Amino acid sequence: MSDVIVVGAGVVGAACAYYAARAGLDVTVIDRGPVAGGTTGSGEGNVLVSDKEPGPELELAVLSNRLWRELAGLGGFEFEPKGGLVVAETEEVRRQLTELAVKQDVEHTPVDGPALRDYEPHLAGGFAGGVFYPQDAQVQPMLAAATLLRRGADSFGHGTLRLRLGVRVTGFIRSGERVTGVRTSHGDVLGDAVVNAAGTWGGEVAALAGVELPILPRRGFILVTEPLREPLIRHKVYTAAYVTNVASDSAGLETSAVVEGTPAGTVLIGASRERVGFDRTTSVPVLARLAEQAVALFPALREVRAIRSYCGFRPYCPDHLPVIGADPRLPGLYHACGHEGAGIGLAPVTGHLLAQVLTGQRPDLDLHPFRPDRFAKEAS
Amino acid sequence: MTHDRVTYDLVVVGGGPAGVAGALTAALAGLRVALVDTGTRLGGQYFRHAAEPKPAPGLARFLRQGRALAARADVLLGHQVWNVSREPDGGLTVHCLTRRPAGERAVELRARRLLIATGAHDRPLPFPGWDLPGVLTAGGAQALLKGGGVLAGRRVVVSGTGPFLLPAAAGLAAAGARVLGVYEANGGLGLARHPLLALGKAGEAAGYTATLARHRVPYLTRRAVIAAHGEREVEAVTLARLDRDWNVLSSRVVACDTVAVGYGFVPQIELGTQLGCRTRADVDGSPVIDVDAAQRTSVPGVWAAGEPAGVGGWRLAELEGRIAGRAIAADHRADHRADQRADHHTGHPADPPPVFARRRERWRAFGAALQRAYPVKPGWQGWLRDDTLVCRCEEVPLARVREAQAMGATDARAVKLLARPGMGWCQGRICGYAVSCLAGEPPQEPRRPVAQPVTLGALASLTHPQTPATPQDPGDDPAH
Ligand SMILES: Cc1cc2nc3c(=O)[nH]c(=O)nc-3n(C[C@H](O)[C@H](O)[C@H](O)COP(=O)(O)OP(=O)(O)OC[C@H]3O[C@@H](n4cnc5c(N)ncnc54)[C@H](O)[C@@H]3O)c2cc1C
Ligand SMILES: Cc1cc2nc3c(=O)[nH]c(=O)nc-3n(C[C@H](O)[C@H](O)[C@H](O)COP(=O)(O)OP(=O)(O)OC[C@H]3O[C@@H](n4cnc5c(N)ncnc54)[C@H](O)[C@@H]3O)c2cc1C
Repeated sequence: MSDVIVVGAGVVGAACAYYAARAGLDVTVIDRGPVAGGTTGSGEGNVLVSDKEPGPELELAVLSNRLWRELAGLGGFEFEPKGGLVVAETEEVRRQLTELAVKQDVEHTPVDGPALRDYEPHLAGGFAGGVFYPQDAQVQPMLAAATLLRRGADSFGHGTLRLRLGVRVTGFIRSGERVTGVRTSHGDVLGDAVVNAAGTWGGEVAALAGVELPILPRRGFILVTEPLREPLIRHKVYTAAYVTNVASDSAGLETSAVVEGTPAGTVLIGASRERVGFDRTTSVPVLARLAEQAVALFPALREVRAIRSYCGFRPYCPDHLPVIGADPRLPGLYHACGHEGAGIGLAPVTGHLLAQVLTGQRPDLDLHPFRPDRFAKEAS
Repeated sequence: MTHDRVTYDLVVVGGGPAGVAGALTAALAGLRVALVDTGTRLGGQYFRHAAEPKPAPGLARFLRQGRALAARADVLLGHQVWNVSREPDGGLTVHCLTRRPAGERAVELRARRLLIATGAHDRPLPFPGWDLPGVLTAGGAQALLKGGGVLAGRRVVVSGTGPFLLPAAAGLAAAGARVLGVYEANGGLGLARHPLLALGKAGEAAGYTATLARHRVPYLTRRAVIAAHGEREVEAVTLARLDRDWNVLSSRVVACDTVAVGYGFVPQIELGTQLGCRTRADVDGSPVIDVDAAQRTSVPGVWAAGEPAGVGGWRLAELEGRIAGRAIAADHRADHRADQRADHHTGHPADPPPVFARRRERWRAFGAALQRAYPVKPGWQGWLRDDTLVCRCEEVPLARVREAQAMGATDARAVKLLARPGMGWCQGRICGYAVSCLAGEPPQEPRRPVAQPVTLGALASLTHPQTPATPQDPGDDPAH
């Protein structure tokens, strides 16, 4: 019998388990596959504050950014506090960007056109300027998830963490009105609380418990190049169009590539956003668009080869906010899913806030915007 | 970027025995055919040859087929296919890259039908020192020889499993290398006893055996190279006697400067998996494209022949190519008739004539017998040390694979995500099999949306509006 069962061993489930164990709870993490085998294994690892509109998600992002920096002290995974450079094609966009940065109220430096090359010597000419965000960072999400699970398993006080991989949750066990565990492909597992950290499949897991959660897939492709001999790109670099794409409601294809170098020497270019269900078929036009945008930012990439590409499915909710907290419709059930394209960045804050809720503390941030029953109410 | 102004009735990827036979059969039936191959000459693995080819079994006939094909079809050499996609109108786009003095260029071919004849690549196993210069795959050594490369004077050890070590060793010996021995990790008797061998393979095998005898090359079973040593390149190898599971019984060190290793083949099926073709596990567990009696895959308009449909030697590959070519021609005729009558046709595959079907059964049985007689046994994992590189591209040692497993990587994909084997240049073609074994699972079908490296510039050029090329820019026609 555990205090908490976490369904999902992606980066969000790993963070929930880590913070819960650290808070003294006995945790069992269950995943039908390996660690980080879901969307976490096909994400990019941006930990961004720059791309968030002022509001509840930005608050999550700022706190999460601080927590990632603490977690990086654990070692075991790459964390690069490299900063992000958002560039504007026109003077008008540059002005909007700068205004946004002021409203965001996060650390930033406006950069005028000529000064862009001080940040990125290989950047194409002709940009009107941009904004530099020193807090933007990069994390290797798969190793980060595995490390959080491993370190959560180191005993903190009374807390322990057990990992059950290759075990599929098939239903919920109830006692009266409360959830008291899950049914799995490998027998029942009992626990006082169940955390749904099933990412893109969070809606399915919620349905097993008889509650509705509208989480849908938003496909993204990433291009990876051969390793470069000399680092070409210092920061995360993207054009202002990215910010509008992230918040867009369009189902059609949107690409605005974030381009960056990695410690392995490769350049990551991603990602596109499309709502096409769980279709894995490679779209050459999407890859071509990503390549075109990367070359427009850094012309020297023209002769660099893409050696692979992968795709994944971001878990998104209609209002583009995650679901975090207790489900008032079913005592004992908690959710931590639906983070769309920011689940890696927002994993620590999600785990931290949820651990506070699970241990009866007042969470550091107001969870009202992320409440699980907000969609039902909107519908009625 | 080039848009060829035609839509081919058939595009064949691969210019080995399977692809050439398929393309020629279809071209002779009147189809508009293009054949694409990365190489600078037709041939594939077995018929790869120098500008001035030396005589070899079947080669003269293959070269005749190649000439006949060039007269009837567009043969695009030096073209590497990195993706095949289905278009909304139902047609296929074959995305190629070709090197021009001006740099790499993207070429797109439109096709109504596709024949996947991409062959297989060598399956090496890691061992300490396999990353030293001087360690080659058996196929790599053979390619070097057939392409006219020099290995004369080198002291070579050939090791691995399977009968194809023999031609590689015979070729090396005939080219003037000093072959110290062929070390077969399995028992080796299985196949010779197999009655199917007598059907045709025997002729070739006898020839190789005679060559090896003439050069006094010993052929020893239950032995393998389990380590290579040297400062900058191979100076010596450890040769071991093995039990039936390939655990080491005893070993000794032998001086040499070249090692050719091969533990079977991995069929190249990624163009098929890109299109969603159903796969099946071959006798040795390798995923291969599942085909029907007419070599048709589960995806309409797509056929596969040769090694991607299962390994069985060049004769099987050629026969499957012919069967596929006939079926493709029949499909074309059926479409044509349907057009004329403006009604729907149901697309029944043209079944091969019984004599072809029977011959194919025999060769497939031979291929299956090979795979059963020369399996990879688990003992090789014991040859590795903690610091032995499993993935050479990303320099991932065994210890890191084991660590990833301890951290919750319960399958090969998760091992790759946590420890990076297979993320480099070769996309896991070299280490993928070994990583699957280490992860304790059968090899999975490849996910390689970008089958071959492509420059971002060439890729970006594909965003431009899809206007068909006009006759004013004939220089853009890839066929000429
Ligand atoms: C192309 C792309 C790029 C991205 N880039 C970024 C980025 O730069 N920065 C960023 O912050 N985010 C990014 N994201 C988003 C990010 O990857 C996700 O938000 C995040 O990984 C979600 O993590 P998770 O733990 O919630 O879900 P997952 O990692 O999907 O984990 C859910 C787990 O639940 C398991 N599961 C599901 N159902 C069951 C069941 N019934 N029983 C047992 N287990 C079950 C699954 O096996 C899975 O392992 C990107 C996403 C994509 C697709
Ligand atoms: C060392 C060695 C010795 C052998 N000895 C014998 C023997 O004695 N007898 C025997 O029967 N068999 C032998 N074989 C096996 C024989 O080589 C194969 O059975 C035969 O070549 C298979 O023919 P194929 O047409 O299927 O493929 P291949 O001959 O391999 O041809 C495939 C072609 O596809 C091309 N190609 C692949 N991918 C792409 C792409 N993405 N874009 C463009 N082009 C592409 C390749 O360049 C290649 O030319 C040997 C193999 C090896 C390695």
